[in-house]
Amino acid sequence: MSVRHISLRSDNMKPILEVKNMTMDFGGLRAIDSVDLSIEKGQIVALIGPNGAGKTTFFNCITGIYTPTSGDIYISPNGESDKQERINGLKPNIVTRKGLARTFQNIRLFTSMTVLENVMIGCHAVTKVGIMGAIFRGIKTKTEERFIVEKSYSILEKIGLAKYVDELAVNLPYGAQRRLEIARALATNPFLLLLDEPAAGMNPQETMELDELILRIRNTEGISILLIEHDMKLVMSLSEKIYVVDYGRKIAEGTPEEIRHNSVVIKAYLGEEIGEECDA
Amino acid sequence: MDFEYFTQLFFGGLTRGSIYALIALGYTMVYGIIELINFAHGEIYMIGAFTGLIISSVLTMMGMPTLAVIILAGMAAIIYSCAYGYTMEKIAYKPLRNAPRLSALISAIGMSLFLQNYVLLAQTSDFLPFPSLVPEFKFWEPYSHILTTPELMILSTTVFVMILLTFLIKFTKIGKAMRATSQDKIMASLLGINVDQVISATFVVGSATAAIGGILIASHIGQINFYMGFIAGIKAFVAAVLGGIGSIPGAVLGSFVLGWTESFFTGYISSDYEDVFAFIFLVVILIFRPSGILGRSQTQKV
Repeated sequence: MSVRHISLRSDNMKPILEVKNMTMDFGGLRAIDSVDLSIEKGQIVALIGPNGAGKTTFFNCITGIYTPTSGDIYISPNGESDKQERINGLKPNIVTRKGLARTFQNIRLFTSMTVLENVMIGCHAVTKVGIMGAIFRGIKTKTEERFIVEKSYSILEKIGLAKYVDELAVNLPYGAQRRLEIARALATNPFLLLLDEPAAGMNPQETMELDELILRIRNTEGISILLIEHDMKLVMSLSEKIYVVDYGRKIAEGTPEEIRHNSVVIKAYLGEEIGEECDA
Repeated sequence: MDFEYFTQLFFGGLTRGSIYALIALGYTMVYGIIELINFAHGEIYMIGAFTGLIISSVLTMMGMPTLAVIILAGMAAIIYSCAYGYTMEKIAYKPLRNAPRLSALISAIGMSLFLQNYVLLAQTSDFLPFPSLVPEFKFWEPYSHILTTPELMILSTTVFVMILLTFLIKFTKIGKAMRATSQDKIMASLLGINVDQVISATFVVGSATAAIGGILIASHIGQINFYMGFIAGIKAFVAAVLGGIGSIPGAVLGSFVLGWTESFFTGYISSDYEDVFAFIFLVVILIFRPSGILGRSQTQKV
């Protein structure tokens, strides 16, 4: 039944993100070794693995910071098979305009700008008026600017940061800064949001709120999510599909239930001997 | 009498500072965004002055009214300098964006020497007289012993340019993109900002202010030559470092401080040691505030 279901999908629909056989070398070091990954429309997918497994490098390849040594990355924003597009080697700003947004492991807000300005920067990316328009400020520029302010404000309201609008980003509490990063990423109108350890450094309460926020983004905005995370509770409760990487290679993929009982995964995380004990 | 002398020196310093500020802005903006000291920036200022001279001579010969000459020559100088700034970035710095910083610096010095010699060959090595474009205003006559009309013109233009620039950086889209890019280039590009375009825009804006400075000072001093950009560039660079390189208010403040230092020391002590005083002052400030008066603190994440 489930097999038929999948084969039926692949006839009509394409994954919104499809990574095929991607490899990334840094000199002699192979950071990513022929990894495949695909995300269907509306899915929440997790990418996990021990430290140094190549997860962030994987994000960097997809978002255009690195150009993969070999392999293909295809996107298809609505899952329509005839609109698949290869994005290897495109610049980060072009990739963002095509609808991929991301956050980083460490907070990278524009600290000397206000919360609203941070989100507005994200909106600017997808608006049209160029440099000349910004300098000479026609009516079009002004309407657009008003639109951007309104849009940014409504995003902040959705994320629950509206009360901080005019605060400098650097003055926000930690949890709020992390949420602001997500808000800023949403401002670029993505169809896929890549979150790199969104729960890092959060307390249990904040993590719970984050869990709820990620679900809400998927359910109300229809944005698919790919996340790297070490908080297994969050990963297991959120994701529909999990990919496990170790030393740059994909060692397992499946539902949370399958991954939980996968002996290879347990070995990679806990080491050979303890893994065997667990199996026994 | 004494007080009048003081005010003269004060305004003299202010005028000097304004010119430094117009050039220092270009240094500091470029440094803020790509951490490059653009040594060819003084040459852009020189090219602005030369373009202004050529266009204004032609227009005056054609018998245009003074006001039209000022505006048209000014615009031509700005456009021409912007084109130079833009091209310079594309040719000499963009290919070296990911190279060690020293390579770009050497490239900048090369660009500076190239432009100087290019003007030397294409124009002349002599000093050229520059027409005084600014007319004497009637209403200003009672005050002109303190502040001459050209000085007034320089001051008011500088203030106007500063206000315009503050507006550009604070409120416009490209200004926000510039601030974002200067803080975190990778994050900026991941938010859809075209970093190359922002860098080009920064060079263009910096060149425009330098060209305005070039015309103003040339018409004030009354002569130009191919070498004028070098010392003005060095002084403006000192001003930018003094104020804290990378900071725009810092560049303006540093320029005024440098202008006043030169003006007062030469006025009260000796005019032979003008540059000596300026640089001694720089050393003293940097001993106590290594990152400049308004410079960003040196603590960085490791």
